Order: sequence, then C-alpha cells, then structure tokens
Amino acid sequence: MSNNLLALLPEIILTLTGVLVMLAEPMIAPGKSRKPLGWLAILGTLASGFAAFYQLQIVNPGRPITAFYSTIQVDAFSIFFHLLIASIVLVTLLASLDYFEGPVTHAGEYFALVCFGATGMMFMTSSVELLMVFIGLEISSISTYILAGFRKGQATASEASLKYFLLGSFATAFFLYGIALCFGATGSTSIGDIAAKLGTTSTPLLALLAIAMVVIGLGFKVSAAPFHVWTPDVYQGAPAPVVGLMSTAPKAAAFAVLLRFLFNAAPAYRGHWIILIEILAVLSMTVGNLGALLQRDVKRLLAYSSIAHAGYLLVAFTSIQQDAVSAACFYTAAYAAMNVGAFLVLTQLSGYDEQARTLDDFTGAALKRPVLSALLGFFLLSLIGIPFTGGFFGKFYAFSGAIHNGHIGLAIIGLANSGVACFYYLRLLAALYTRPVKEDAALLPTRRIAIPAAIALTATAAATLALGIVPNHLLNLVQRAAPVTLPSLTVAPPASALPPTPATEVTP
Amino acid sequence: MVPIAYYLVLAAILFSIGAGAFLIKRNVITIFMSIELMLNAVNLTFVAFAHMWHQISGQIFVFFVMVVAAAEAAVGLAIIIALFRVRQTLNVDQVNLLKN
Repeated sequence: MSNNLLALLPEIILTLTGVLVMLAEPMIAPGKSRKPLGWLAILGTLASGFAAFYQLQIVNPGRPITAFYSTIQVDAFSIFFHLLIASIVLVTLLASLDYFEGPVTHAGEYFALVCFGATGMMFMTSSVELLMVFIGLEISSISTYILAGFRKGQATASEASLKYFLLGSFATAFFLYGIALCFGATGSTSIGDIAAKLGTTSTPLLALLAIAMVVIGLGFKVSAAPFHVWTPDVYQGAPAPVVGLMSTAPKAAAFAVLLRFLFNAAPAYRGHWIILIEILAVLSMTVGNLGALLQRDVKRLLAYSSIAHAGYLLVAFTSIQQDAVSAACFYTAAYAAMNVGAFLVLTQLSGYDEQARTLDDFTGAALKRPVLSALLGFFLLSLIGIPFTGGFFGKFYAFSGAIHNGHIGLAIIGLANSGVACFYYLRLLAALYTRPVKEDAALLPTRRIAIPAAIALTATAAATLALGIVPNHLLNLVQRAAPVTLPSLTVAPPASALPPTPATEVTP
Repeated sequence: MVPIAYYLVLAAILFSIGAGAFLIKRNVITIFMSIELMLNAVNLTFVAFAHMWHQISGQIFVFFVMVVAAAEAAVGLAIIIALFRVRQTLNVDQVNLLKN
C-alpha cells in the first residue's frame, strides 16, 4: 500500500461512507426507515477506527508516516485523536439510529454529514501544514453548522444554526489572519518550517500577533471564554445527539491543532502564549461555572459546563511539554466520554421534540426513567470530578501539572471553580430525584430504549468508569503520543511505551 | 513600487472594518458580507507576503480560501433562507428565541 493511501486510510474510508450514504438516501422511498443508512455509517466509522488502530500498530515512535509532500503526518498523537473522534462518532450514530425514526424524512443526510464532519476533524489532527488544517477545520465546521439546524422546521434550530455559522466563520477569519501573519513572519505555512524559523524571525511582533490570532480563532472553536457567546444558544437549539457530538469531537480536534501549533510550531514564544492561555483558562472556568449557576435550561447548563471544562483543559497547557500534551489528551478523552454520555441520556430522556427542557421538567425523572436518571447522575458526578470517574483523573493530571510548574494560583482558581461547579451539577442531580410538585409533569416521553442506544450508553458509562479506575491504559497511549509534538522528532520514546490497548474499548 | 507595508496596513484596516461591522450591523446579510470582507483582507495579506517572500505558496493559499469561502457562502445563505422561512425577518435582534 502506498504511503499516501495508508496515511489517509481512516479519512478515505469515512469519506467514501459519507458519499455512499448520500447516494443511497434518494434511493429509499420517502417515508421508509433510514436505519440501514445509519448502519452503513456505523460500519464505515468502525472500519475507519480499525484503520486508525492498524496505523497505530505500524507507526514507530519518532518515525511517523508522512504523506503528500509532508503535509500529512500520522503519528501516535494524530492516531490517538483519530481513535477518539471515531469512538465519539460511533456512539453518537448508535444512539441516534432510533432518534430520527418517525418524524424525520431526511435522516440519511444526518448520517452522511456526521461522517463528513468526522473526516474534517481527523484531517485537522493529522495535518502538519496549516493549509490542510484550515481545510479540515472548514470541512468539520460546515458539516456541524448544518447539523446544528437539523430540525429545520423549528425556529430555534435555524437560529442555532445561524448563530453557529456566523460566529464560526468570524472565528475562521481570525484563524486565517493568524496563518497569514505566521506566513509573513516565517515565509512558510508548514508547522515544521514555522518551528524552525519562528524563533529567529526578524519580526517577533508579527509572530506574536500571529500566535494570538490563531489562539483566538481556535478559542472560538473550543468555546473558551471570552469567545464562548455562541455556545449556550447553539447547544440549546441543536438536537441533543448533535450537541453531544459537537461539544466533544470538533473541540478535541481544535485542541489537537492548538497543541500542535503551540508546542510544536511556537515553543520559542512559550513565555508569551502561556500568559494568553492562562487568561483564557481563568476566564473560561469562571464565566462557565458562574454562568451555569443561573441557567434553568438543562442543555444551556451543560453548555456553560462545557465552557468551564474548556478552561480546565487549558490549565493543562501551562504544564511542561510532555506533561501538558498527555494531560490535555487524557482530559479530552475523559471529557468526551462523560459529556457524550450526558447528552445521549438527554437524547433518550427528552425525545426528538425535546419538550422537556428546564430543570422543572426533569424534576422527578427518576420515578419514570430510573436507569436513565441513574446514568445521567453518574455522568454528572464525573463532570464534577468525583474519584472513580474519568473526570477525576482528567482534572487531577491537569491541575497537578500546573502546580508542578509553579502555576499554583491557576490551580487554586481551578479548584475553587470545581467547588462552584458542584452546586449546579448537584442541583440537576437533586432535581432528578425529587418528587415533582405538579402531577402532570408528563413531558418526558416513555419510549423504550432501543438496543443500539443502550449499547452506546453502556459504552460511554463503561469508558467513564474505566478511565476513573484503570486510567493506565489510556495514559500509556497519550504518553506515547506526547513526544510527537516536541519541536524535534529525535526524542527517545518514553519508557512506558507499552503496546496500548485499543482505545475503542477505553474511550468510546 | 508600492512598499509592502502599505498592502499590509490596508489589509489590517479592511480586517478591522469587517470585524467592526460584524459586531455593529444588525442585518444578517450585512454581517455575512463583513465576514467576506475579513476573508478578503486575509487574502490581500497572503498575496502581499507571497510577493515579499517570493513564495508561490501564499498565493495558492488564497485560492483555497476563496473556494472554501464560496462553499461557506452556499451553506450560509441556505441557513439564512431557512431562518427567513420560519421567522420572516433578517434582523438579528429579532432572532432571539434562544435564551434562558
């Protein structure tokens, strides 16, 4: 197999799957079930995940696969994110198979768009040329803009889609301007060349401006405060499974780009960008957690919680190179497991129309849906960061790295924020287990959970639990991934580079 | 010959006008146009730097930006039409169903 084909195998499989689903969609008579298309997309995602796993077996530490004139680089870092994105997409597809049964006539587009979006995200993580990163970013963004407004008859859905589109494009312009200035400072858009020339550039001011612009552009994408304004509105208006997907997978990809750019291309300016990252982290944690306190809508509450989590993740960036990358990767995986899980439970609890929205609507949900409520409770506890859940170790690695590197103030602010966060998570948890005041609070549909959705829920819960009890498997993988982002690739592999377990088992 | 800095300053001014208009304007189409203005400012920056470095890659980048902007415009206008169908307005101040 040629190197080019091998390097892009997961992306190629997903693209072909998406195209196939798109082609098959009009063949199915209107009104017929679109489930077969969903299964096709699931098979494609599985195949793509296995392709990424195959790459992991053959890629050597320190010797990545490069392709397409060194614009694509497949290494443990990119493969980790490929596996993570494939797992997120897989559980989202499984959970939304039955979600679109009945009221939706164009569910095939959903499955195809999810595949295309995932392709773009995977592209972002394996590109070492900013042009390719930009294209991947746009593939993933355009797909998610459409997905956000998927319930197109509803006014709220179009509004969410529009807001996401406008602010997303605004952010893209900043990201592009950053790339342009970077090109101006170094004469190249390849991360390797930038790394070599940025430190010795004759225009350090231009370089600083470029880094700031790129951080701002990606800050929008990961919804870090003060670039978070779109998040609550979009999460409220978009369908719950889509929110589960877009609050985790595109963010993981954007964080991957940010890690590669900051640690690989711009280590010379670490002293400068670390200040920027600290400001973003503190603002995100504070704005996210204080904002969540005021919310009555459950999806808005989780949106503010995701802003706060972006802040915790940014805390990890302040650590030294290797610790920072592995802590950030671990946090992304843990956050993905618990947040996708929480939104999948919401999908099941509130149904397609999402009549149940506010805390009051969910009051007493445990009486009607005991298993789902228990699961949601578990995911909320993980989002708080209770031991024996993935959220605990995520926060632990992020904060301990920051403390070891003298960012004690940042860690204290983070821990104080975690304390504030307890309040609103526990308020939602308490609402689930409170007897409803009015008897007719029957907004929650009582559909049985379909088997694919049950598998997806079990997988996310198992992953959250596994990351909390045996984090070592994933930790080995991320520690193998971390050195890749060092400025030079000549580093020795870490001692703990054991053959890792398939991440599809650890991080659905 | 026009110095390179002139182009860069012009691009920076265009970018700032675009960003300012994005924040101030209330019509969705105008907001969308201001994003396009920002992208074109980026393109101008790329072309200027490509000339400065004698590197063709900057100009290639411009083509990709234009293509992607066209794709984005297609999706964006479709979203705007979908919104107009359900809300009968293009004023962003009246698109305010999503709140706490």
